[in-house]
Amino acid sequence: MSGVFSPSRAKIAVRTLRTDRWWLQPAITVAVLVSFIIYATIRAFEAKFYFAEPLISPFYSPCLTSACPTNGSLLGQPFGTIAIFGMVISPALFILIFPLGFRMTCYYYRKAYYRSFWQSPPACAVAEPHKTYTGETRAPLILQNGHRWFFFAGLIFNVLLSIDAVLAFRNAEGQWGHMSIGTLVLLTNATLLWLYSASCHTCRHTIGGRLKHFSQHPLRYKLWTWVSVLNHKHPTFAWISLFGVALTDVYVRAVSSGSISNLYFF
Amino acid sequence: MARKLNMRIWRGDSVDGALQDVQVEANEGEVVLDVIHRVQATQMGDLAVRWNCKAGKCGSCSMEINGKPRLACMTQVASYGEEETITVTPLRAFPVIKDLVTDVSFNYKKAMEIPAYAPPSDLKPGEARMQQVDVERSQEFRKCIECFLCQDTCHVIRDHEENKKSFAGPRFFIRIAELDMHPLDTLRNRKQTAQEEHGLGMCNITKCCTEVCPEHIRITDNAIIPMKERVVDVKYDPVRWLGSKIRKREGIV
Repeated sequence: MSGVFSPSRAKIAVRTLRTDRWWLQPAITVAVLVSFIIYATIRAFEAKFYFAEPLISPFYSPCLTSACPTNGSLLGQPFGTIAIFGMVISPALFILIFPLGFRMTCYYYRKAYYRSFWQSPPACAVAEPHKTYTGETRAPLILQNGHRWFFFAGLIFNVLLSIDAVLAFRNAEGQWGHMSIGTLVLLTNATLLWLYSASCHTCRHTIGGRLKHFSQHPLRYKLWTWVSVLNHKHPTFAWISLFGVALTDVYVRAVSSGSISNLYFF
Repeated sequence: MARKLNMRIWRGDSVDGALQDVQVEANEGEVVLDVIHRVQATQMGDLAVRWNCKAGKCGSCSMEINGKPRLACMTQVASYGEEETITVTPLRAFPVIKDLVTDVSFNYKKAMEIPAYAPPSDLKPGEARMQQVDVERSQEFRKCIECFLCQDTCHVIRDHEENKKSFAGPRFFIRIAELDMHPLDTLRNRKQTAQEEHGLGMCNITKCCTEVCPEHIRITDNAIIPMKERVVDVKYDPVRWLGSKIRKREGIV
């Protein structure tokens, strides 16, 4: 008998006396994240309908293997064909490692999945089901301390996806000076990803949080105050940027598969 | 307008106890501590409850109301439905003494384990000078009233009694952060000891401490996560570690 049922604590037989619907938020979190994981997995293995000149899905950018269309990346196809036991590996599987790592180690998502998936705890003042707890002091969870490396990798992807959005100001023939719904979709996606990264706790720390004397670094202090404002909205940016990535892929897939045509404004 | 309020109050001690039903009058504008006092005055003369200021500033009347850690003096009766029964129990993370009073000495022991503020050795009384921008982060943490609701709700010790020996808890993580961010504090190993002796790594940042703080201190975002990042700087980041060796400084200026 441990925790709230320890001998010295008040003798109360139930794990919580909360009367509100404390289970709702973790349930929604599980539903949304599982849905995203299923969708992303299907799309990563599908390995087609991810490119429709000039649009490319964020799941497949930068597309650097010979499985990609030749005009799918400004960086060419430096990795050639990657195959295991004769099976060509989808380029998305290599790309998704980095954004997945960034989100898995994100301080906000950690809260979300520790509560909802691991029930540690499922909600505040609701006893968790585990007998022991060591937090993030041992492998594998001690690796959460590597969040900053995924943050920096995420910045590289943000740059690449921003370039994709700029390239989307072309038409299907590669001529500049055009704009379509796809352009807006890619721009929105890149903007949301920048907001998610800029509001990140590691960004806040790197930009100025680690300083002891703000007064000696006025520029970094100013940047820190801006990032701190964004940091208040980090959970919001975490969710809407996740939806943004999925919906961008849905749109590119729909255009690439011919289900819809990419409407051009000019 | 007065109304009849149905309450369940936990009565007992460290050996045994149970929730007891009681009906009490509640007037408009009253808080839960008011009706507990009315119960004490009219029906349960020996009901033990700890309280002091009735203004949300002393942190004495911490208890759990409908399962949530709260200050009884800051919880409006009107925030619950007309037909709703209000259940009041002692804090469930600490040993109970009697009725709604718990033994929170764990927190005072932990407070003694945190190394005190260490100003420069040559700083004489009255000579300390600090810029406002350098102290405002620490000032947020000085709002703490030591109600220990954050300690009560923290599952690391609430759900695992065995962790109490190695985990200081959110109240003391804000104390460590306050000192580590203090412009005149000279103690260099606060980050290492936060991780190695006070159990910062046990925290899995589920933010319950922030949710229950009656002073609205952003414990997780402004203290615990910044301290976790500072720990990464000195323990888990080889680039920063190398930089600190080359430039002969801790890496934090």
